[in-house]
Amino acid sequence: MTDLQFKLFQDLLGILGLQGGYNTSLVLIGSALLGAVSGLVGSFSLLRKRALIADAVSHATLPGLVLGFLVAIALGFDGKSLPFLLIGSAVSGLLGVLMVQWIRDNTRLPEDSAIGTVLSSFFGLGVVLLSYVQTLKNGSQAGLEDFLLGSTASMLRSEAELIAVIALLLSILALAFRKEMALVCFDAGFAQALGWSVKRIDLIMMGLLLTVMVIGLKSVGLILVIALVIIPPVAARFWSDRLSTMLILSSLFGALSCYLGAALSALAPDIPSGATIVLTASSFFVLSLVFAPQNGVLAAALRFTAFRIRLCSDQVLSELNKGEPVPDSLTKAIGLYQLRSRGLVAPLSMEITREGHHYLASLQEEN
Amino acid sequence: MDFSVLDIPLIDFLQIDLPALLVAVFAAIVCAIPGSFLVLRKQSLIGDAISHVVLPGIVAGFLLSGTLAAIPMTLGALGAAVISVLLIELIRVLGKIETGAAMGVVFTSMFALGVVMLEQTGSSGVHLDVEHALYGNLESTLWLGLEKWSDLWSARGWETMPLRLQQLSIALICVVAFVSVFFKELKLSTFDPLLATSLGFSARIMSFGLVIATALAAVSAFGAVGAILAIAMFICPPSAARMLTDRLSSQLWLSALYAGLSAILGYGLAAFGPLVLGTDFALNAAGMIAVVAFVLQFVTMLLAPRYGILSRRIKSEIETEKAPS
Repeated sequence: MTDLQFKLFQDLLGILGLQGGYNTSLVLIGSALLGAVSGLVGSFSLLRKRALIADAVSHATLPGLVLGFLVAIALGFDGKSLPFLLIGSAVSGLLGVLMVQWIRDNTRLPEDSAIGTVLSSFFGLGVVLLSYVQTLKNGSQAGLEDFLLGSTASMLRSEAELIAVIALLLSILALAFRKEMALVCFDAGFAQALGWSVKRIDLIMMGLLLTVMVIGLKSVGLILVIALVIIPPVAARFWSDRLSTMLILSSLFGALSCYLGAALSALAPDIPSGATIVLTASSFFVLSLVFAPQNGVLAAALRFTAFRIRLCSDQVLSELNKGEPVPDSLTKAIGLYQLRSRGLVAPLSMEITREGHHYLASLQEEN
Repeated sequence: MDFSVLDIPLIDFLQIDLPALLVAVFAAIVCAIPGSFLVLRKQSLIGDAISHVVLPGIVAGFLLSGTLAAIPMTLGALGAAVISVLLIELIRVLGKIETGAAMGVVFTSMFALGVVMLEQTGSSGVHLDVEHALYGNLESTLWLGLEKWSDLWSARGWETMPLRLQQLSIALICVVAFVSVFFKELKLSTFDPLLATSLGFSARIMSFGLVIATALAAVSAFGAVGAILAIAMFICPPSAARMLTDRLSSQLWLSALYAGLSAILGYGLAAFGPLVLGTDFALNAAGMIAVVAFVLQFVTMLLAPRYGILSRRIKSEIETEKAPS
């Protein structure tokens, strides 16, 4: 480790231990809360199979964001005051969702085409508006592009506080409705039969998702904010089939991703914080993909190998029975070793034991 | 009116606007052709995913080769597309997760990786820009060899053809060749993959070919319109065409027509709209093309003769009137 790397490492530890100054610490805490609530809300939208509607919503926020800016300066406020931008984004994100549903319900186009249409054309409109804003002689528009790929570095104290408070409120709401949302996710028909309004619960879920993404725009940016509501839940899904475990893990992954990602981006101010946050989330995902006990790649490979060895040892046993005793390959040698350790073949010989004959008989019955 | 389009000197139009227009039209058409198949296969979001993952592929190609040459960047993008499709499949199967969510994981992660890698290019002299990655840089295409219309047919005109236009023409030729050579196979594997496989050609290989064609289209459109707006080219024109026809060949022709029209109208509005209005602000042309593509699609969704919303309404009203009450 060079001195520079050591220095960076020390800085990182300092920032992670909330020693990086009051502002940075507040941003980290706000980000962690944001990550936790997006993991929570994202889990429900994943289970409701609506993950990619979030993609349409997030890109669709751009025109509203820029219009929010224009309205703010028209009213004489600072163009980048967060409430205006957030409300504008929320309105156009909502319009995006409604447009997706309208296309899906009224035309022959499938939902995925509707999503693609809305996300790209709303984004296009946003880009046009952005290019218009950049020719204004106002000056305060510099930094509006921060919302594309996120910037925790430029986050003000008041903004971090606002995000933290909304994130807290959203998680209380999500936890309050968790039973209703869970039932709608797993069995919408049953929920309807119980007399619940599935439509209303879906609306609550969509509202939570929209709000989470809007408050995530500043730190993660609108291109990547969708990752916040998809990657932690998918990573958590690998570890458990139980909803409560999944919710806890997903919130934890989300919180850690945002916390670590924001800390990393405080070290490297050139890199947009959205990218560092998303890559941190992806590394949690990769760990889950490889190591998760039931569904992980490693577990699957182990299961597959065990199955192969089992098949091979069965084959060796029947060959021994027919009097073709010499294992001619490594896999067969492993099979023979397995047979001996299971006590089906006598040690140090090729004799099939009594248990071995029983086992052979049971195999033949199965066939 | 103080300004008018006609006030623009011909040489400016030929050197600045014409190449940008051609690039826009070619980029839109090269995306619309594979896009038609994606829309028909209900795989539109593969276009979304691939145009995102093209970014790390391009940057990797650039970092490995050290040049902005087309071949390493295209190879990088194709590689990234193939890797992402395989990863999506792996995650979908192992995690028992719907394709959409698996896609979301893969393309956001790879895009974030691309953004971080982009920052690494800063030190090496040639800088790729994050903003250009998002919405392209259509306006920067210049064709300096053109001074009058006849230069288009002269050797000098051809020699100075912008690199981006050459690349797009090659990509367009490749995509059109792929679709015409394998038209029957693509058609069958799109509408009846099981029959296709039982007839002896694998539907899977056709899907793979389509992924490659999509990636090729995405990487060649990338410089002009960036990663996100390419999605509009993949999806809007084919969706509009889908409202008009059930025949695959007309679907393809109509998509190309819509794509070309969106590009021309969009570029025209962005470049000349402010002039006509007498103001001097600049509008992003790539963004405007996406907006126009959507407007055309929207109008088609409303007015299409058979599947349009209006004609369906009218039809159902006539039927309720006919029905005995």
